[in-house]
Amino acid sequence: MKNLIDIKELTVKEIDELIKVAKDIMQNPEKYSEKCKHKKLATLFFEPSTRTRLSFEAAMMELGGNVIGFSSASSSSTAKGESVSDTIKTVGCYSDIIAMRHPKEGAPLVASMKSTVPIINAGDGGHNHPTQTLTDLLTISCEKGRLENLTIGLCGDLKFGRTIHSLITAMIRYKNIKFVLISPDELKIPEYLKEEVLEKNNIEYVETNDIEEYMDKLDILYMTRVQKERFFNEEDYIRLKDYYILNKEKLEKAKSDLCIMHPLPRVNEISTEVDDDPRACYFKQVRYGKYIRMALILKLLEIE
Amino acid sequence: MNIDSIKNGIVIDHIQAKKGMEIYELLELEKLDCSVAIITNAKSQKMGRKDIIKINRNIDLDLDILGYIDPNITINIIKDDVRVEKYHVQLPEKIVNVVKCKNPRCITSIEQELDQVFVLTDKEKKVYRCKYCETSKEEIENN
Repeated sequence: MKNLIDIKELTVKEIDELIKVAKDIMQNPEKYSEKCKHKKLATLFFEPSTRTRLSFEAAMMELGGNVIGFSSASSSSTAKGESVSDTIKTVGCYSDIIAMRHPKEGAPLVASMKSTVPIINAGDGGHNHPTQTLTDLLTISCEKGRLENLTIGLCGDLKFGRTIHSLITAMIRYKNIKFVLISPDELKIPEYLKEEVLEKNNIEYVETNDIEEYMDKLDILYMTRVQKERFFNEEDYIRLKDYYILNKEKLEKAKSDLCIMHPLPRVNEISTEVDDDPRACYFKQVRYGKYIRMALILKLLEIE
Repeated sequence: MNIDSIKNGIVIDHIQAKKGMEIYELLELEKLDCSVAIITNAKSQKMGRKDIIKINRNIDLDLDILGYIDPNITINIIKDDVRVEKYHVQLPEKIVNVVKCKNPRCITSIEQELDQVFVLTDKEKKVYRCKYCETSKEEIENN
C-alpha cells in the first residue's frame, strides 16, 4: 500500500492489520511516541475541515513527527492558479507523507499519480473519505467487539453522504451484515449503490423514512448531517435539514447495547440529551479516528 | 446505389444506423488523404438498417472507440480485393479522451492537461465511470 485514496483499495486483511495496530497504540502509546521522529506530515486542506485536519496533526505529533501545511485554498498557491499536480510535486520536496482534502472529486487520485511521497485522501468533495471509514470500522470493532453479524441503521442524508457510501462498501465484505436505510425520499441512497453494491452482493437491506420503525433491531445507528454544501438549492436544504432529530424518546425501543455513531460535526440531528446515554459513541469515535490515522501513517511510511 | 469496392483497406461494417458520422468524427477520418465512404441506412438482413464506412487504405484503427460506440461493429481487412480478416470489436476496459466528464465537482473540470479516462464498471449494462470521480455519464445527465 503506497497511498490511501479509496477504502476499496484496502483488503480485509489490511484493514484488520490497521485495526490491530490502532488497538495496540491505544494500549501502549509510549511505545509509538517516537516512531515518526524526524518525519514530516503535510496537511493540505484546500477546503476547511477542523476535525479531520486536527486529527491528522494530533496523530503525527503523538508519533513524534512534525506537521506542515495549510488549512484553506486561499492560503495556498491554488489561489494563484496553481494546479494540484504542481502543488503536490512541490510539497513532496518538503514532506514524507501528505494528507489532502480537496473540494473536487478525484483530486487526491490525481495527486497520487504525481506524488513521490504517500498520499492520504482526507476527503474529496462528496466522493471518498477513507480515513473516516477506517475510523468507523475501528469504532465498531472496539464498541461491538466484531465486524460481523450486525444490523446497521444508516440515517439522514444517504444520497450525498460519502461516509455512508464508503461504510456500506467496506461493511459488505464482512459476514451477515444487514442494513436499514432511513432517509426522506429526496435523500435516498443512489440507485447505482443499490444495484452495483447491495444487490450484486446479495446484501439484505430495507428502506424506510421512519427512524423508529426498525429501532429495536439495530446494533448500530449511524446518524448523518444533511450537508448544506452538497445542495445547489437552498430551499431543498432548509426543507430537509430537520427531518430526523434523534432524542431519548426515539431511543426507547432501542437495544441496550446499541452503538450510536455520527461522523460529526452535528447540527441538530442528535439532541444533546442523548450525549450522556452510554450508547452514544460519537465522541469516542473522534478519539478512535486519531488512533487509526496513527496506524495508517505508520503503515504508509513502512515503519514497524 | 453503388460504392466502389476497395482494393486495399478497411470496411467497418454493422454500424448501428445513424452512428456512422459519429464514428467518422471520433476516428478523425477527415484527416486521412485517401478516399473514405460513409454509407448510411444501408439495408441489412441482421439489423434492418445499418451504416458502413469504407477506408481506402490500411490504417491503425482505435478499436477502443469503436467498441465503446457499438460493440456489434465488425472490421473487415481487405488486401488485393480479398477480405483477409474479419473480427468483432469488444467493449474496452477503459476509454481515454473519448468522452468528457460532465460532473462539475470532478477534478477534470479544473485540472489542465488531465486525460479524460472512463473505466468499464458494469459490462452487462455498459456502464462507464470517470476514473477520478466515479460518476457515470448517465448519472450526470439524469440529475
